[in-house]
Amino acid sequence: MNRPWLLWAPLVATACIGGLTIYGLAVPKDEQVRSAMIGQKLPEFALPPATQGVLPLSNKDMGDGKPRLLNIFASWCIPCKAEAPQLEELKAAGVEIDGIAIRDRPEDVAAFLDEFGNPYRRIGSDSEMAVQLKLGSSGVPETYVIGADGTILFQHIGDIRVEHVPMLIEKLKVTK
Amino acid sequence: MIAEAGLAAIWLAASMALLQFIGGLTLLRAGAGQLVPLIKPAAYVQGVLCTFAFFALMWLFYVTDLSVLLVANNSHIDKPVIFKLAGTWGNHEGSMLLWVTILSVSGAAIAFLEKRVEAKTLSATLAVQGFLALGFFAFLLFSSNPFERLVPAPIEGAGLNPLLQDVGLAFHPPTLYFGYVGLSIAFSFAVGALLTNQVGPAFARAMRPWVLGAWIFLTIGIAAGSYWAYYELGWGGWWFWDPVENASLMPWLAATALLHSVSVLATRNALRAWTVMLALVAFAMSMAGTFLVRSGILTSVHAFAVDPERGSFILALMLMYTGLAFVIFALRIGTVKQGEPFQLLSREGGIVANNIFLSVILAVILIGTLYPIAAEALGDKISVGPPYFNKATVPIAVLLMLALLVGPLLRWRRDDLSRLKYWLIGAAAILLFSCLAIWRFAPEIGMFPLLGIALSLALAVAAWMPLRGRKLLRTPFPVLGMVVAHFGLAVSVFGMAAESGFSSETLTALAPGESAKVAGWEVKLSDVNPVVGDNWVAVEGEMIAAKNGNEFALHPQSRQFFKPPMQTSEAALLTRWNGQLYVVIAQPDQEGNGRWQVRLWWKPFVTFIWYGAILIALGGAIALLGRMGRRAKRPAINTWQTE
Amino acid sequence: MRVFVPILLMLAAPVFAQGSGPTPALANRQLSDPAKEAEATRLMHSLRCIQCQGQSIADSDASMAGTMRAEVRQQIAAGQKPEAIRNWMIQRYGEWVSFEPDFKGAGLLLWLTPLILLLTSLWVARGLFWRRT
Repeated sequence: MNRPWLLWAPLVATACIGGLTIYGLAVPKDEQVRSAMIGQKLPEFALPPATQGVLPLSNKDMGDGKPRLLNIFASWCIPCKAEAPQLEELKAAGVEIDGIAIRDRPEDVAAFLDEFGNPYRRIGSDSEMAVQLKLGSSGVPETYVIGADGTILFQHIGDIRVEHVPMLIEKLKVTK
Repeated sequence: MIAEAGLAAIWLAASMALLQFIGGLTLLRAGAGQLVPLIKPAAYVQGVLCTFAFFALMWLFYVTDLSVLLVANNSHIDKPVIFKLAGTWGNHEGSMLLWVTILSVSGAAIAFLEKRVEAKTLSATLAVQGFLALGFFAFLLFSSNPFERLVPAPIEGAGLNPLLQDVGLAFHPPTLYFGYVGLSIAFSFAVGALLTNQVGPAFARAMRPWVLGAWIFLTIGIAAGSYWAYYELGWGGWWFWDPVENASLMPWLAATALLHSVSVLATRNALRAWTVMLALVAFAMSMAGTFLVRSGILTSVHAFAVDPERGSFILALMLMYTGLAFVIFALRIGTVKQGEPFQLLSREGGIVANNIFLSVILAVILIGTLYPIAAEALGDKISVGPPYFNKATVPIAVLLMLALLVGPLLRWRRDDLSRLKYWLIGAAAILLFSCLAIWRFAPEIGMFPLLGIALSLALAVAAWMPLRGRKLLRTPFPVLGMVVAHFGLAVSVFGMAAESGFSSETLTALAPGESAKVAGWEVKLSDVNPVVGDNWVAVEGEMIAAKNGNEFALHPQSRQFFKPPMQTSEAALLTRWNGQLYVVIAQPDQEGNGRWQVRLWWKPFVTFIWYGAILIALGGAIALLGRMGRRAKRPAINTWQTE
Repeated sequence: MRVFVPILLMLAAPVFAQGSGPTPALANRQLSDPAKEAEATRLMHSLRCIQCQGQSIADSDASMAGTMRAEVRQQIAAGQKPEAIRNWMIQRYGEWVSFEPDFKGAGLLLWLTPLILLLTSLWVARGLFWRRT
């Protein structure tokens, strides 16, 4: 055999693949799909009110000089129920929260708000998920920090837990 | 009681494997030993015990013994009997038991049937097989015990995934496993031959039938899986380059290359290193596939239970076996003398080209499948899917098919193209004419379908050329098998190209009484009725498809299962000689407007994809028959030098 | 009608798990121009469904897949080029949403892989052949 090093190539290839797969097993996969819109301005949208007695939501209602939170939720989403107290806490701390209800019927949204409270300034209804697509959102619940000028600054995926509240308040302060 | 007996059988079988392995070790080290005569009996007993354990598990599923954890998690008292039985292997533990059973039985079969290789090599082969079995027994016993009990026993059981409650899919795993594990025999032979310096025609002749058998099963298994996906998933696709699909294709590619290589070694005593390497790679790919499916490192619709601990175990086994095998290869292949020389333009040269192209396609698929993991390690989240795989592999497949037009006609050792000049001109004419004709009449279809059709037409003719000048009844079976298999490839590629280039699709919503058109067919929805099955309820559309005055009734369904809850669509297929009408009924359109979503496809020649695959497997079976007939007549004396 | 309502209820059950709402018009309806529809279909087969286990939006029943299909068809009908639409999706979800790796950086290496492998193996194999002197 005139190229002895070649004989070891399969072993080297196996070692490389082995290393890669060990890495794949050791590091838990990040299953979440993050939005790539962080740093971009809010896309244009205008949504009807999610139920009777709430105000509609459009992108012009945000970016008006005050930073706020945009909460994507749904009445059929169980973690959304879990984060209701944290949203109330944020509202009590002076944070303005706008909501978008995904694929929800007005009566279901009304029942949800009755049961878990209404911390929202405005709630838009995104029944076809079109605005969710525009935002780069992949599920519910998600919360976005929107800056004073309408830039998307941060995305929090999943329900807001007690420990996340101070972090979100900090993020809102930074944008001033 | 039966569960415990099954578990005991596995322990005993494992100890037989250990005996087999140690016996082989003593043989290799000391040349002989007291354990050596025990190797064959150990293999037999191991095979019998494992078979018993497997049938014990099957019995537990048949009677739905819910005190066994596996049955409780994967079966249900209301399931139809055939799916209760299929549930035995429709889960991780059961499928691993099936794997080990086939491994043991193959070992027993080699011990019983193999008379062509020297006794020393046979013992080495059985020792390697025993070593392989040991690892998988350990995996079963320590990490995936199928006979674990559940106390207290539940009343009903969790049920089998509705997608698996289908006859085709019930038999798809065993077919594939016969293929994967059959390749372990090639692996064991290769390592055994390396260790005993027997890499030569005798070893190749011994290994060849096993490789053929495994390859035939793999071909059928992959084709069956593809057909199942086609009619079950409801969107008309038949190959998605999903990681698990790739995991089954890679061993097949290696096995195809091995098949050709082993024949060259058997008849011409050349390509020794290639053959051994391919045998090692083929089984390595089988194990890699098993690992990928069970470990959870890749996202796939097909993936089994996601459990990193099990994944680590299999990974360790795979790296150990593959690593050791490659070390033995690197250390021992130097002792294998160079085989008979041959020129570039020769049958051997053609098979080298075949090996290269198949190996490159395999490597591309392997790299593409693992790439997202590598990218994630570097911080990037990317996806590699059909657009990449198609564009990366099809050009090489084109080169492969071009080689196939000429390769089987070349002479051994050296040849000269002027001998074939009339055929070359003819083949070029077919190619050119087809390309121009398609381009003229259907300019909008892509490059790949165009090349596919042209090449498949040329190959359909080329495949029969080796029969020219032979009396058909006196043609050896292996040659006949080759012709049928290559022709099957042409048929299959034709189907793939026709379907991807010429399919028509209509998506619409119909109310009862309305109709829609697709490719000359008019499909009318007459009515929508609820239908009830064993463990599902469905909405069934009564549809009538009409063309040229002929009418056919079709009944697509949208099924809802409850335990576990899942929705599946049962497409209605109308097969004609030149294609299939594929009709799906889905959700109601908008709530209350009375319409139903309907999807219609006309897929020209799509059935050729699977008919072609059947022909390929048939060709293999014919060749295998030829080999088996001969081996019964031949004595065990080798006529080739084996140094 | 008597039969219709139970059917609706039956089919509605799983839908509640993901909410209920109208399907966007172009999610399951084709564009009237066949060339544009073909272009849209090709693009849809190369975009990944956000909510699924690795399927493309052309092969998935998920609601987000329907929304994405509608967006693709809408933009194609409005005259956008497929590459621009792919970039629009990438802008929202990152490279991960496209099944076709980009030509820059790591993606370029992936695209060159077949050629590199082919040339390497041909070079390695050249020692196999016997040259008639």
